[in-house]
Amino acid sequence: MGLEEKLPSGILLTTVEKLAGYSRKTSLWPATFGLACCAIEMMATGAGRFDLARFGMEVFRASPRQADLMIVAGRVSQKMAPVLRQIYDQMASPKWVLAMGVCASSGGMFNNYAIVQGVDHVVPVDMYLPGCPPRPEMLIDAILKLQEKIQNEKMGSAKREEIVLNEEFARKELPLLERKGLLA
Amino acid sequence: MTELTRGLEVREGSFGVHGSPDTSGYGGLRKVVSEIPAAEPPFGSWFDKAVLALSKSLKAKDLMPEQVIEKVMIYRAELTLMIAREHLLTVMQSLRDEDELSFEVCLGVAGVHWPEEQGREIHINYPLLSMLHNRRLSVEVALPVKDPRVASVTSVYPGNNWHERETYDFFGVIFVGHPGLTRILMPDDWPGFPQRKDYPLSGVDVEYKGAIIPPPDERRWYT
Amino acid sequence: MTTDYAPSIETTEGTVFNLSGGDWESLVTGVEGEQERIVVNMGPQHPSTHGVLRLILELDGETVVQVRPGIGYLHTGIEKNLEFRNWVQGVTFVTRMDYLSPFFNETVYCMGVEKLLGISDQVPERAKTLRILMMELNRISSHLVALATGGMELGALTAMTFGFRDRELILDIFEMVTGLRMNHAYVRPGGVSCDLPPGAVEKIRATVKHLRKSTQDNVNILVGNQIWLGRTKGVGYLDLQGCLALGVTGPVLRATGVPWDLRKTQPYLGYERYEFEVQTQDTCDAYGRFLIRLGEIAESLNLVDQALDFLEPGPVMIEDKSIAWPAQLALGADGLGNSQEHIAKIMSQSMEALIHHFKLVTEGFQVPRGQVYTAVESPRGELGAFVVSDDSTRPYRVHFRDPSFSNLQATPAVGEGGQIADLIAALASLDPVMGGVDR
Ligand code: SF4
Repeated sequence: MGLEEKLPSGILLTTVEKLAGYSRKTSLWPATFGLACCAIEMMATGAGRFDLARFGMEVFRASPRQADLMIVAGRVSQKMAPVLRQIYDQMASPKWVLAMGVCASSGGMFNNYAIVQGVDHVVPVDMYLPGCPPRPEMLIDAILKLQEKIQNEKMGSAKREEIVLNEEFARKELPLLERKGLLA
Repeated sequence: MTELTRGLEVREGSFGVHGSPDTSGYGGLRKVVSEIPAAEPPFGSWFDKAVLALSKSLKAKDLMPEQVIEKVMIYRAELTLMIAREHLLTVMQSLRDEDELSFEVCLGVAGVHWPEEQGREIHINYPLLSMLHNRRLSVEVALPVKDPRVASVTSVYPGNNWHERETYDFFGVIFVGHPGLTRILMPDDWPGFPQRKDYPLSGVDVEYKGAIIPPPDERRWYT
Repeated sequence: MTTDYAPSIETTEGTVFNLSGGDWESLVTGVEGEQERIVVNMGPQHPSTHGVLRLILELDGETVVQVRPGIGYLHTGIEKNLEFRNWVQGVTFVTRMDYLSPFFNETVYCMGVEKLLGISDQVPERAKTLRILMMELNRISSHLVALATGGMELGALTAMTFGFRDRELILDIFEMVTGLRMNHAYVRPGGVSCDLPPGAVEKIRATVKHLRKSTQDNVNILVGNQIWLGRTKGVGYLDLQGCLALGVTGPVLRATGVPWDLRKTQPYLGYERYEFEVQTQDTCDAYGRFLIRLGEIAESLNLVDQALDFLEPGPVMIEDKSIAWPAQLALGADGLGNSQEHIAKIMSQSMEALIHHFKLVTEGFQVPRGQVYTAVESPRGELGAFVVSDDSTRPYRVHFRDPSFSNLQATPAVGEGGQIADLIAALASLDPVMGGVDR
């Protein structure tokens, strides 16, 4: 293409998708969804030493309507699950969910009547972060990984196609219980 | 009294093995799990004085101490009084108000479920603290699981309000006279009493989409 | 009479309008002439409720007429889970209850188990001192978070930055000693899991010295600060009678002037050897509690120093081989694990040691039939454990009397009649940790 050569200096060409992805990923506003021990680590991540602000993430929003990332930090009880869902529904699209800690990811060590065995029963999760609790460095890493994912996200009709494809893929997946992993 | 000290449960074998070709030699072990036996006076320490003071106070209220105090248990230097359930409130009142006792603080109530103990399945235990004398004592009441009713002590110890709701939530004990006995930790519409022994640890439905969590021992299998 | 935004229902108490977001103006014009009583739901996901606490407030203008706390949003079923694991594994669960004071949970549980076993006096001196050392460090970090979050809820963000900054230093010590920043499972029945690593004593001494100075930052910006005084003085009043009736303990009780501190009144683990002052205030309000927490931080720093002085070489786990964890645990680069010598011994030298290891690790030890109540002074008050055994290798029932649970019960007592903003200050001064409340 000859277009680039004709541009005055200081102008960069990109796709709308990439530009949108770039702006979205660098201005994530997390909703505070601190529940248990992991929430304390999440707060520590925001505080002095780890300083989440370096990644453009420090604006923790108390109101879900202003946030686009939900960090589920802690164990979700059966009583909390409907609340969690409501808050997710109140967030404006596009939105992402990060399950922080094993409790949020899979129920963790609390395999009992009170705890939802993974928030993916209730909301779609974009990033799982293991650890009990995950160190602040791990949280930062998870967020960076999520940013990468957001950067490459599709838009418009491509996004719709992607959703259909993902749905198709998920339908064919074996339930977690029947997966054999390395033992297959 | 003999009725109270009988075996609660008989355990056989180690690792809970039954009828297996266990060759370790432990398969034939029989062990009787029994209740904590009643202590005989003199109890030692300040215990005698306290029990005496309580008896005196009960007599003043026209009650027979032998009928009220079912059993005095001393275990690891802790005094526990087993009280007949209909007299719980009177006893608590005396424990708080008598000068020699003055147990000003009640530290809550905890339930224990003993399914093998017919007619006395649910025990509830109130730890009390006297800041004046710097002493501790527990009061215990046994209830049948079919009719787990006992007087609420919130009129004497208002701080037991939430603790009693918690015990109701988990053990189904009905505290008569409680100002608002509702579930406190579990959702309001939760069925069953989770900390009873016959309630499974897991395997309950999730509210969302009606998913079922299999019990932990069935969650994964490898073939 | 209805408005577009607020559907109304008729109840026995009159018309009730239901509003969740939307245009306030249109509602106000809609309900003109009605008797105004606003019920606001606050939480369970709210930045100022100190965790997943739900408050149902009845308001008259800005004044709180009635508060009803709703809890249980973090109920984890820890007590039930304990019944399905052996006695040692229980430590892993209890440490996650009140996640700001894990060492206290572990200690009170282990003290209960030891009492049931009748081995309380066989626990080695060094283990007891280590427990005290870790607990006192933990008390500092817990109070720092109380100051930090309390400050944040009142808008004093600098206090929060200072609190978390200092806490990190203590977490560094925890990580060095136990391998983890939180949820340590360090205290075990019969002792502690492993000894201090080389260099730990010096590091703790240096940190204490540093903290003596840096915790002054919060003192400097808050004590006597007009804004802080205005927000906390005379707020959240709860006197002695109220405390006793509601079973409230800890700094809240000590703010009424009663020097009730289990470390002094019913010493455990050898606290009688230590020199410290029980902090009291006689103001009964949020400011007094704040001062007590500051005072306790300073006292705990002294206690840490004393504990280091008392440390003498020796074992950190009980002698009795039928209870002591067989593996000599050691802290490696990847966390806590079995020591290499132990692995070498059981895998290639001693069959009996292997059998013993296997039995004790998989099945655990037996605890005789009985029930005990033990208590320690946690940063929030009396933390009690009611431990019942039925002569088996697993707990029959463990119930925790968590101070946050009882203290939170005082919310209506400290909050009603004041303004909403005062309720937040009062709640922050009670310092409930929802993990402990709901367990
Ligand atoms: S994953 Fe661990 S640290 Fe996080 S909430 Fe669960 S128990 Fe707490």
